[in-house]
Amino acid sequence: MLADFWKRFRKNPLAMAGGVIVLSLIVLSLLAPWLAPYDPAAVDLRNILAPPSADHWFGTDQLGRDVLSRMIHGAGISMKVGFVATGIALFIGTVLGALAGYYGGWVDGLIMRFVDLMLCFPTFFLILAVIAFLEPSIWNIMAIIGITGWMGIARLVRADFISLRERDFVQAARAMGAGDLRIIFLHILPNALASILVAATLGVAGAILTESALSFLGIGVQPPTPSWGNILTAGKDNIDIAWWLSLYPGLAILVTVLGYNLLGEGIRDAADPRLRSR
Amino acid sequence: MSPFLLKRLLLMIPMLLGITVVCFVVMHLAPGSPTDLQTQMNPRASAEAKARLKSLYDLDKPLAVQYWLWLKKAAVLDLGKSFSPDRRPVADKILERLPVTISLNILSLGLIVIVAVPLGVMAAVRQDSLFDRLTSVFVFVGFAMPTFWLALLAMIFFGIHLGWLPISGIRSLNYEYLPPGERVLDVVKHLILPVLLSAFGGLAGLSRYMRSNMLEVIRQDYILTARAKGLPERTVIFKHALRNALLPVITILGLSVPGLIGGSVIFETIFAIPGMGQLFYMAVMSRDYPTVMGILLIGAVLTLLGNLLADLAYALADPRIRTS
Repeated sequence: MLADFWKRFRKNPLAMAGGVIVLSLIVLSLLAPWLAPYDPAAVDLRNILAPPSADHWFGTDQLGRDVLSRMIHGAGISMKVGFVATGIALFIGTVLGALAGYYGGWVDGLIMRFVDLMLCFPTFFLILAVIAFLEPSIWNIMAIIGITGWMGIARLVRADFISLRERDFVQAARAMGAGDLRIIFLHILPNALASILVAATLGVAGAILTESALSFLGIGVQPPTPSWGNILTAGKDNIDIAWWLSLYPGLAILVTVLGYNLLGEGIRDAADPRLRSR
Repeated sequence: MSPFLLKRLLLMIPMLLGITVVCFVVMHLAPGSPTDLQTQMNPRASAEAKARLKSLYDLDKPLAVQYWLWLKKAAVLDLGKSFSPDRRPVADKILERLPVTISLNILSLGLIVIVAVPLGVMAAVRQDSLFDRLTSVFVFVGFAMPTFWLALLAMIFFGIHLGWLPISGIRSLNYEYLPPGERVLDVVKHLILPVLLSAFGGLAGLSRYMRSNMLEVIRQDYILTARAKGLPERTVIFKHALRNALLPVITILGLSVPGLIGGSVIFETIFAIPGMGQLFYMAVMSRDYPTVMGILLIGAVLTLLGNLLADLAYALADPRIRTS
């Protein structure tokens, strides 16, 4: 099963590219303190807004801090926000989707109406409204992105559960006296893992995009903590003099999100060739 | 009124109520009281004054009562007074900015359709051609693109480097002194970048959707029949296939409304466009709670209306829905 999966995954160059991008980003963020050429917080007032050079590959920002070093440290922040936010969304979405799909009836009706209701709110509005009431800290950002991003996963898990709950192996488990919770988590859920994993990978991409947009608007990760989004804010403030502040962090976001998307689609294609998107 | 329409309209009522409940819950997430902002900076505010302020906003009553009072006011668009120095009614502040946001979103929605539909159709008709592959690359990059960054780059390139387009506001400072013809041109110039960029986000999704839709339709039996009859390929594609492939696009457009409205916060803030999104951003930054809640409510209601319009349009276009 896993060997088959890997065989199909390996043959897809786009999926492999996505995997390599994501792996290198994770390594990069773990080794950030050793890989970054400078201290990301080191202010150098003689070197303010210096263009890219041999000393500072990506230039320096409005406080003379090395942009490359800040970006390397920012990678970890983005990964952290992406993973934690997606973890929260995954937890809520899986539990609610599983309950709705397994029990059906009024439980399903109630949960799915709630999903419809949440989808009525422009996600970005909901996130911003909650931020207005809480402090914009990195933990709050993760929580908010997660709490407002579980609806798609719930729908997906529900659909999987509906198609799986009448299968023979579920009937067999029930006949042997397994309780509902045991059937949900030990028998059905493992069979829905592939699509959940795909949703999670794409979810990380979405969370990273959202975080960067929030940080760019100044309501996400707060300086002096470096994040790709808040370096771009400095880019906008110095838009007519320092293009490098605007160019590189955005490129990093683009490549990262692209990597997660390619990986997610690659997992989908390899896990179930019938689901292939073309 | 047809049963379909009636049922669809009745379904709006619980949704509307649900929206108000969610808004109300968000409003009460705030640690402390919304009146703290007005009192904590003022050392002379006595406990009695704070209590008076609380009762002024009905904050001393049970939650259910507070919700009912708030709902009654919200129903007649009384969303309270803004906390910002102008103290104007929130509804007025939103309504005067709403036309800007809605027109911008309609423009970008139109642009999305005009570009994405032909793109998807062409890619599907020439499946696996170079054009199809290039479109796929575009779609992948489009999905991953932080559009606010693209906006930033466009501002640097077209606004500052080339100096072709203005990068903030919707009209120039000397707008009042321009002859009528140039006024139109002035506004158009200001709108090019914001509309192009807010459309960009939706382009990838719709063209990909259009492509897979078209591919599915082309495999249907009636397309085979049309070809077997000897109809020219153009007629088969554009008369027989396209019509059916276009139907679900209506739903997709309806579903893209919340994304567009949400995105207006980003674009209106970047391009300094005086719309609802910018107002929302300013309200969040200054903790102007009544305005935040008002816009959250209006945003959700707009989404609901967008979905309603899409459903009605779908029913108009597809007789199967009306009769079933």
